[in-house]
Amino acid sequence: MKILDEIANYFKEIGEIALFAKRFFKEAFKRPFERKEFIRQCFVIGYNSLFLVVVTGFIMGLVLTLQVRPTMQEFGAESFMPAMVGISIVREIGPVITALICAGKIGSSIGAELGSMKVTEQIDAMEVSGTNPFKYLVVTRIWATVFMLPMLVIAADAVGLFGSFLVENVKGAVSFKLFFNQVFENLSYGDLFPATIKSFFFGFVIGLVGCYKGYNSDKGTEGVGRAANSAVVLASLLLFIVDFIAVFIADIFYEI
Amino acid sequence: MDITKPYRTTKTPLIEIYGLRKSFGSNEVLKGFDLLLNPNENLVILGKSGSGKSVLIKCLVGLVDVDEGKVIVLGKSIPDLNQKELDYIRTEVGFLFQGSALYDSMTVRENLQFPLRRHPERMQHFNEEKLVREALRSVGLEYAIDLMPAELSGGMKRRVALARMLILQPKIILYDEPTSGLDPITANEIIQLILRIQRDYNAASLIITHDMDCARVISNRMIILQDGINYAEGTYTELSKSTDPKVKAFFKEVQPISL
Repeated sequence: MKILDEIANYFKEIGEIALFAKRFFKEAFKRPFERKEFIRQCFVIGYNSLFLVVVTGFIMGLVLTLQVRPTMQEFGAESFMPAMVGISIVREIGPVITALICAGKIGSSIGAELGSMKVTEQIDAMEVSGTNPFKYLVVTRIWATVFMLPMLVIAADAVGLFGSFLVENVKGAVSFKLFFNQVFENLSYGDLFPATIKSFFFGFVIGLVGCYKGYNSDKGTEGVGRAANSAVVLASLLLFIVDFIAVFIADIFYEI
Repeated sequence: MDITKPYRTTKTPLIEIYGLRKSFGSNEVLKGFDLLLNPNENLVILGKSGSGKSVLIKCLVGLVDVDEGKVIVLGKSIPDLNQKELDYIRTEVGFLFQGSALYDSMTVRENLQFPLRRHPERMQHFNEEKLVREALRSVGLEYAIDLMPAELSGGMKRRVALARMLILQPKIILYDEPTSGLDPITANEIIQLILRIQRDYNAASLIITHDMDCARVISNRMIILQDGINYAEGTYTELSKSTDPKVKAFFKEVQPISL
């Protein structure tokens, strides 16, 4: 019975998140727009995550190339390395790894920040001053994650490809020009577009879940910790679901 | 004077509550509470912890939904207002939170600018910086204008919260435990400040507290909230002379335990 209750609670939470998303769309296009706070959030979310994302992207490119190279060599297919690494990083690994890192960094910080504002009555204080806290706190943060995540993904992709080039250069004496010519010859808009579009959705999921968990947190400091933690767990899970749906839809278009 | 009946003057009350009921699950906190707040009055609500005092004032600004009863603020029924009307009423009602509730990612200046920028009509012809400095000067903290809330003491935070509330020049001020968590000297400073604000801004105040010194100095009238209803009502002197054991309990000095 406990398992059934947990499943019921899970679906109840998904329903509540859907209602939260509905409220976001209702408020997101209504004046007044909190431009200054949106720009501040873009800085906090985008710029402050850049270093982490770039380092991870670089290591991701290095490791992927080091791991795959011996197998490709066995089949005498090292010349396909730049194409293979380019397609894997741009289409799947770059967006998913970046999104997971951002779910950890951004999702938890939004969850903890809004959660702490909730328990210290700062959100109530905004409300009683005749301000719409949802618009100021939630709408700006979700828009910022939506716009910043694709940029972080592009940065991670670029650095990841550079990491891969370094391995190829050291192990196979491949020049910079040759490596990137090979990468871009084998990449098409059909690889780039679905990956970029799904990055917007990843950003939306991270912002939405972080804000939902923080905005609805309770039970004092314990609730703040739980909001931060569950924001990461739920956002990570939803990222894979969104990724599956995105790949499934993109695949239908490829077949056509 | 009958201490169980709401006191009404000939002036129109700023706040009227009739038969207010509020439950959280099976726990009924308010069971038909009545209240009238008259202009220029300092009304203190006394009650034990968990008696529903904070819930009561949150109902007045629509932060908590009412289950049953009438809540009328400045002639408007709060549960019947749409968001825009409610936001307008909220600008007329100042609210001092128990923990001050300063926005901790903003400086003191930004904390005060926040409500003002969202209600520019309140600035009239005044300059924003001038209003911010004026509000801070009225609480004696003009020098702290560029500090972050984390750099302020508990008493200073409470003063900044008072300044932020005053900047919109409300007609009614709601204080939720204004002296809780403060040492006696700082608490006394806050009490004096509240009295000065009442005199300078000519606003009516509803004060939730269980600090008897605060209640004695500030109140024109007091209501004891007990078992979810207004159990007794009167001036400090009237209530302090009551023979009802539940009312007397509030005025009793703490006795040491004999071992």
